[in-house]
Amino acid sequence: MSGLWTPRRGGLIALASVIAVLPLFLQNAFHYDVAILIGLNAIVCVGLNLLIGYAGQISLGHAGFFALGAYASAILTGEHDWPPLAALLGGALGVGLLSFVIARPILKLKGHYLAMGTLGMGIIISIVLNQEVELTGGPDGMPVPSFVLFGWKPAGELTWYALVGGLLLATVWLALNLIDSPVGRALRAVHGSETAAEVMGIDTTRYKVQVFVVSAVLASLSGSLFAHYAGFISPAEGEFFRSIELVTMVVLGGMASTFGAVVGAAILTLVPQLLAAFHDYEMLLFGAVLMGMMIFLRKGLVPSLAQLLRERRK
Amino acid sequence: MSLLRVENLSKSFGGVTAVADLSFTIEPGAIYSIIGPNGAGKTTVINLISGIFRPSSGRIFFEDQDVTGLPPYELAGRGLSRIFQNLQVFANMTALENVMVGYHLHCDRRFLPALLRLPHIVRGDAACRDFAAELMASVGLGDYVHAEASMLPYGALKRLEIARALATRPKMLLLDEPAAGLNPAETDAIDGLIKGIAESGVTVLLVEHDMRLVMGISDRILVLDHGRWLASGTAQEVRRNPEVVAAYLGGDARER
Repeated sequence: MSGLWTPRRGGLIALASVIAVLPLFLQNAFHYDVAILIGLNAIVCVGLNLLIGYAGQISLGHAGFFALGAYASAILTGEHDWPPLAALLGGALGVGLLSFVIARPILKLKGHYLAMGTLGMGIIISIVLNQEVELTGGPDGMPVPSFVLFGWKPAGELTWYALVGGLLLATVWLALNLIDSPVGRALRAVHGSETAAEVMGIDTTRYKVQVFVVSAVLASLSGSLFAHYAGFISPAEGEFFRSIELVTMVVLGGMASTFGAVVGAAILTLVPQLLAAFHDYEMLLFGAVLMGMMIFLRKGLVPSLAQLLRERRK
Repeated sequence: MSLLRVENLSKSFGGVTAVADLSFTIEPGAIYSIIGPNGAGKTTVINLISGIFRPSSGRIFFEDQDVTGLPPYELAGRGLSRIFQNLQVFANMTALENVMVGYHLHCDRRFLPALLRLPHIVRGDAACRDFAAELMASVGLGDYVHAEASMLPYGALKRLEIARALATRPKMLLLDEPAAGLNPAETDAIDGLIKGIAESGVTVLLVEHDMRLVMGISDRILVLDHGRWLASGTAQEVRRNPEVVAAYLGGDARER
């Protein structure tokens, strides 16, 4: 249990090493592009995993928060000349407030009903982004100015890679901290038995709302960065299918495993790129992955591998 | 001052009255038992007192303060905890973590310090871990400290629930059928455990089917029948009460 090499510290060092060493293997702009997208997806998934994996509350609408963050940045910097950092934080604050307001009524729902409720929430956001043509440019999307941080402009793939990689590492660190604390145990207790958690003094509604807001804000931050990185944003980023993609990443990597969320994001961002020729079958692939995991590897990749290793060691 | 006072408590589900006009008082430091035939409303009473259900009418006072309708987490803060008849163990955590959750109210539960893992959170968690491990040892679960909760045998799960409830440092512990499903040897051990809890100053409200256990350890017994008060008193008094005998054996010469 004690000592320098705890699983949590080991995992963080491993992740930092991978992020640091990976550029040696990235040979061109396309490789960097995929790596950056993996990082942005992983940030969302780490947050979503806190909600789904640890607190046991499903969301089929988180792409909506990602898109709202992206559009907040696009509109505030593009139309209102806000500094990008202020727009990013403003978007996060707005999404935080919105998710806070939605959280209380929606998290009263459980199981299938919560899935339906969040699904509806995501679809509403998606419709608004499509229909408010004046504001969002509608289905055509809108351009986004470059990111500028106190006069410094991250240009080139390596800089973006370092920025996203650093943020991912920070997100993972924060998530690990949270889980390994009274708050994290309360979240897992909510997953285990809401009634028993209440009897232990846990205000379950409060914790569910907190983790919902945190996961929404992380999605928003990632969306803002994505908008600036891509330089263009369209409502496709907030579509239902994106939400399913995110959930599939969490499930594949392993529920209630922060590193699993990163691995899941990496695999499911990478695979469609490798199979670009089969683009039309992408949805089919995600559906098959989700079904396969549920039937054969319910715990997900990372927890299953970890268990295998533990059993080998014994 | 009474620890718990229940006044004219009623609860109905749709047209079915589970508890009707029930009043009783529990003094601190006693083992108080509620018995009654199946369907007498014992578990409903426990659920009402612990805030799982809201009463249809009537009031509940804990330490002379009106706690009627408060949610369970607030009652926990006031010193009321319970175990469940149908186990409610956090199966997604280790046994130790289950008990650590019980200590929740005595930890720093703020979000930001946890997120940044400030030094006092680390220290607090270490202390909580030691406390939980000690508590597990004291209820006879020393061997299971590092086990996954889902891997524990049934009897150990019962004890785990007791340890988790004790970790909240309650003034009053509601035990809903702690001996259900246990063999006689395990029941005897639970018997000793409950006595120990009461001796440590925690008032116990016990709902149990095992009459030998109830008669052996209770200071006072309340008998329920069809959600109504039927009798109360010491084990001796209750045992001799003809109405109680009739309720258990199915006599018909009773007034309702």
